[in-house]
Amino acid sequence: MGRTITEKIMAKSAGLAKINPGENIWLNVDILMTHDVCGPPTFEIWEKEFGDSAKIWDENKLVVIPDHYIFTKNTQANRNLELLKNFAEKYNLPNFYPPFTEKYKGVCHIALAEEGYTIPGTVLFGTDSHTCTSGAFGLFSTGVGNTDAAFILGTGKIWERVPESIQFIFENKLPEYLTAKDLILQILSDITTDGATYQAMEFSGETISKMNMDERMTLTNMAIEAGAINGIIQADDVTLNYLSGKTCKEFEIFTSDTNAKYKKVKIYDVYSIDPRVAKPHSPDNGELARNLKNVKITKCYIGSCTGGKVTDFVNAAKILKDKKVKVNTFIIPATKRVEESLIAEKIDDKSLKQIFIESGCILVSPSCGACLGGTEDTIGRSVDNDIVISTTNRNFPGRMGSKEAEIYLASPLTVAASAITGKITDPRDYL
Amino acid sequence: MKSKIISRVFVLGDNVDTDQIIPAEYLVYSLTKPDEAKLYGKYALSGVPFNESGLPNGNIKFIEENKFVSLHDIIIAGKNFGCGSSREHAPFALKMAGVQAIVAESFARIFYRNAVDGGFLIPIESKFKIKDKIDTGNLIEINLVSMRIDNICKSTSFELKDLGVVKPIIEAGGIFNYAKINKMI
Ligand code: SF4
Repeated sequence: MGRTITEKIMAKSAGLAKINPGENIWLNVDILMTHDVCGPPTFEIWEKEFGDSAKIWDENKLVVIPDHYIFTKNTQANRNLELLKNFAEKYNLPNFYPPFTEKYKGVCHIALAEEGYTIPGTVLFGTDSHTCTSGAFGLFSTGVGNTDAAFILGTGKIWERVPESIQFIFENKLPEYLTAKDLILQILSDITTDGATYQAMEFSGETISKMNMDERMTLTNMAIEAGAINGIIQADDVTLNYLSGKTCKEFEIFTSDTNAKYKKVKIYDVYSIDPRVAKPHSPDNGELARNLKNVKITKCYIGSCTGGKVTDFVNAAKILKDKKVKVNTFIIPATKRVEESLIAEKIDDKSLKQIFIESGCILVSPSCGACLGGTEDTIGRSVDNDIVISTTNRNFPGRMGSKEAEIYLASPLTVAASAITGKITDPRDYL
Repeated sequence: MKSKIISRVFVLGDNVDTDQIIPAEYLVYSLTKPDEAKLYGKYALSGVPFNESGLPNGNIKFIEENKFVSLHDIIIAGKNFGCGSSREHAPFALKMAGVQAIVAESFARIFYRNAVDGGFLIPIESKFKIKDKIDTGNLIEINLVSMRIDNICKSTSFELKDLGVVKPIIEAGGIFNYAKINKMI
């Protein structure tokens, strides 16, 4: 029987010739990523458990990217940034990206890719559930808590259950009105939020091979929304082009065998998918955008690791060009690089930034922002009975701030179209 | 590990996510400074919509006004308990609130790992859907040897799934103790 890409990478990392789904194995970790929320408690646990002999297993493999609570007056949040800074100084960490300096990046999962930490065939753990995003580069990546991260920090090892894999094959070229977000929302509607619990989600097919890395990351990013351990896409020329110049590491590209064993295979023809929205309060509560055209909204949010990448803003700008928004529309680039691209990227002769400003959007500095609500003074945070349409990944009660707010999740195209009308709108009306 | 846990139970629905277990705005508090850490108990489950807090009828406070610890040491829930973020603050908050065990139809992976590896509480999978058969406030006994749960109020009993491969880690009280016992670190 053949093996899946996930099984091959895990076997290599564990140094085992043969592994079986369901088994717990010990992996050797290539990269550990942490941020401002989980970094400080991780370091505390590590110092406490390893005591005076505490030694970081490999400083070069630890990446610290503060991104969650950055632009706030909240004292505890700022204390976390201070703690990270002190820790980084104490241990002389080479891969620390502190805010309010030249090195600041923004949202960790996108920064990991931009900085070339996402190496095909490797194993990457992070103290954030959306660490599965990096799987877009053909590697095994997944989220863990602080204790597990502290264990990795001291040993470079962690146990993991070998998942069974579900394969999602997308056929045909993505039409102009669809994005990767619509595809993953379709999957979530079909398999629900625990449809892939403890499993790997592998994406493939013609649609995927033609997708750029931004879009691929949108798919793997939301694998956790189905409960998956990891999302994964085989590395190909698109991957190699993205990484070229970002890393000089040698790596091995793994692919699934044609006779690999899958728990399930689901095949989609993208022409049969329409722009989709996840209604409150769950990412699997799916509906067609056009069936919600009577839903009035009070806020639009375009940002986060899911929907705050360059491609997301290009899509939004396509719709917003020469139009005015009817409701407060927040533009939050995931990272500094994305923010810079808003100036560099143009549609006709206008930069994306110009397009957004002219249409009346509110531009916000890169960070997680109100994707997870943030502290009280976070720009774009939902208040009272806000009805928000957002390019982010979660719409649980209270996720973006107010517990009373309703959050609809959609693609950047759909959010931009909705911004123009003040109601949920199918982007085809504006394409 | 104890062989029995007896307590009043708090019943929740499906898909209780980590934002409901501990809303993100509280994550800034220290997990180790005692006066801040106890706030995690105070705000545990504070994000659960009130009509679903304490089923079947809801509208029950998990933590009473001005308290930091719950009257309920056992939680029973439906499927996919703990989905959402990787925050270890979630099982920590429940532990601070006094929770010893959670019985759910299924757990989200990261919550499950965190509960086990951090040694915070015992996550147990039920063999059947039991959240509809037990009411908040019922007195419950979990037997960790026979893997059964008895509802002392209703004289009903249900089978639980075995703790499986993570049992040694639970018994050791977390991954660090487990690794020390096994001379891994
Ligand atoms: S942007 Fe949102 S989902 Fe992504 S890492 Fe930040 S808080 Fe998490």
